[in-house]
Amino acid sequence: MEVLRLPLSASQKGKLISAGYTSMASLSSISPSHLALELKIPQTEALEILKSVSNGSKLESTSSSHTIVNGAQSAWEMLQEEETLVHITTSCADLDNILGGGISCKEVTEIGGVPGIGKTQLGVQLVVNVQIPYDYGGVGGKAIYIDTEGSFMVERALQIAEACSADMAEYSRLYRKGSQARESKMMHPKDFLENIFYFRVCSYTEQIALVNYLDKFITEHKDVKAVIIDSITFHFRQDFDDMALRTRVLGGMALNLMKLARKFGLAVVILNQVTTKYADGSFRLALALGDSWSHASTNRIILHWNGNQRYAYIDKSPSLRSASAPYSVTLEGIRNSASNNKRVKNT
Amino acid sequence: MANKLITEIGLPKSIGHIFAARNIITAKDALSLTEFELMELLDVGLAQVKSSVALISEVTSPHYQTVQSLLEQRVQSEYLMGHLPTHLKGLDAALCGGLPFGALTELVGPSGIGKTQFCLKISLLAALPSCYGGLDGHVIYIDVESKFSSRRLIEIGINSFPEIFCLEGMAKEMAGRITVLRPGSLTEFTESLQKVKVSVLQHQVKLLIIDSMAALVSGEYEQGPQRQHPLAWHISFIKSLAEFSRIPVVMTNQVRSRVANQISRYIFQAESRELMVEDNTEKFDSCLVAALGIHWAHAVNIRLVLESRSGQRFIKVAKSPMSPPLAFPFHVTSMGIILLNDDGVEMEGSQINAIDHQGHSDIIYHGDER
Repeated sequence: MEVLRLPLSASQKGKLISAGYTSMASLSSISPSHLALELKIPQTEALEILKSVSNGSKLESTSSSHTIVNGAQSAWEMLQEEETLVHITTSCADLDNILGGGISCKEVTEIGGVPGIGKTQLGVQLVVNVQIPYDYGGVGGKAIYIDTEGSFMVERALQIAEACSADMAEYSRLYRKGSQARESKMMHPKDFLENIFYFRVCSYTEQIALVNYLDKFITEHKDVKAVIIDSITFHFRQDFDDMALRTRVLGGMALNLMKLARKFGLAVVILNQVTTKYADGSFRLALALGDSWSHASTNRIILHWNGNQRYAYIDKSPSLRSASAPYSVTLEGIRNSASNNKRVKNT
Repeated sequence: MANKLITEIGLPKSIGHIFAARNIITAKDALSLTEFELMELLDVGLAQVKSSVALISEVTSPHYQTVQSLLEQRVQSEYLMGHLPTHLKGLDAALCGGLPFGALTELVGPSGIGKTQFCLKISLLAALPSCYGGLDGHVIYIDVESKFSSRRLIEIGINSFPEIFCLEGMAKEMAGRITVLRPGSLTEFTESLQKVKVSVLQHQVKLLIIDSMAALVSGEYEQGPQRQHPLAWHISFIKSLAEFSRIPVVMTNQVRSRVANQISRYIFQAESRELMVEDNTEKFDSCLVAALGIHWAHAVNIRLVLESRSGQRFIKVAKSPMSPPLAFPFHVTSMGIILLNDDGVEMEGSQINAIDHQGHSDIIYHGDER
């Protein structure tokens, strides 16, 4: 019955059904006062019910976008939007190339890998790089770092911020002459660190609460352009006896994150751990949290070793092709790999 | 924070009563349900549920700090910005000062390589007064395998810091600051941890050492499909204890043999075998991996691998957010562990994670055993 699918409380639905209203059509042409009399509820409540019905079944387009369903966008409009999409550089040119410019804002990207491969390093690099001003080809935003396992080291963030600041000064010196150089904003490591909001999460309840609260927080701090969660897995691997509950909770969180990314046009980066799965007669590595979670992110990048070189592999993306790029972790952060035979491998 | 009572959150009275009536007492209960489930349970409209959840979330969320203020806090209030120096120059330089506070440092290596020696030395260093470069505090040493030797501890003390230990009563004072617990089983260990937490808050405990974690997990740890790690709760507990009280935690781990087909790969790697470079670690004679599995490996912040190659022992910084992958040769002497070379050798690729034991048996057993 259609009425059961409406966002109403159980007792309201019960009253509607017992009064004989089982479909949306039956409610479409009734007045609030009539409904109030029939169901024996106050008029304001009847008005609310009718409003939720009409929201669900509106077919006429009243918005300026010429679509046949209200609230949707045409593919052409989305293309216009996508052309203006901004990317956050990873400081590794090869990696930026296969990503189409960097980590895209407005999408959820999941990055997973074995311990020690550089997930946290990439996360810290991104919270620094998102702050690069427009003049230097960056996004000029602030960042939120949600730390669930305590792997964020302040000293490392300082090292990466110092390197970024030095790179910007070098760029300014080489490419900007005279008046331009004086006008462009100089960022000191201190400024970088000042714009990173650090949250330490100690349980899965806090994690859920924080993701819910982010909507309000980012509305108040409108220039946040990147949210890094390091790592999404930690608290969900131990406290749960009820796997069904875990899947539901994770599903809710995934939807919230996607909504956040779209609403504020920011990049949500989720770092994930690795586990072993038994498949085809041998143990395989796979990202943690199970198969149902693997649908949560828009893009997925797996960081792995190949011989002595670190690689980033695009495992899942609606618009980028599968490719691998080598990268390295240096004192200054994530950079291009220095090996001679580096090649972007297309699979 | 997760156990915050709904009654303390300040929801409007009408809805607060409904939460209590349906047995949703803490924030954890409320946030574990989706919005639709709450609507069903509480029998209220969606808008009300949304605003209640938003308020509960806001109150339960942790507060933020800018990284700059974190930095300033550390610089002001903590010793060496939150590091415990190990007095091994090269290692301290690689770790930006020493073992970090509030983080888990793991020592892994084959038996007899020097893990307990390292722990003895570091517990002494934490107990030393600050004028001699120590933390001037108590140390809690959880000794699972009965490896703690007070005689060896004093010997290291006398040889490394003769000027301190020859002073009257100093040896007694220093040794008195190190408390040793000997749990015999996993349950006793769990109880010990609870006691430790209370103690850390009350006394000036500056270091926690657990030697060793792997001994607590009885039998073989299967790498197979296992839902819950046996030490999962403990890892979480120790981590939050370390961060809350800002102390370094050192844990030792054992090694076990690697089964032949256990070299795990991702599905996409198996499909493109021709493009893959031969993994160098497979060529080594070593077939040792750290015990306790990959979940544990993710949980520790810093992993120091102790191994021996061709008769020379090395201590390698295998996992650290702020250090390059360096390996330092070392010896075990009467002064504990000393590095032979402070610059270290930078290791490429995943070699840093390999645990070797070539020639190690020669040191211990005086025979050839490969």
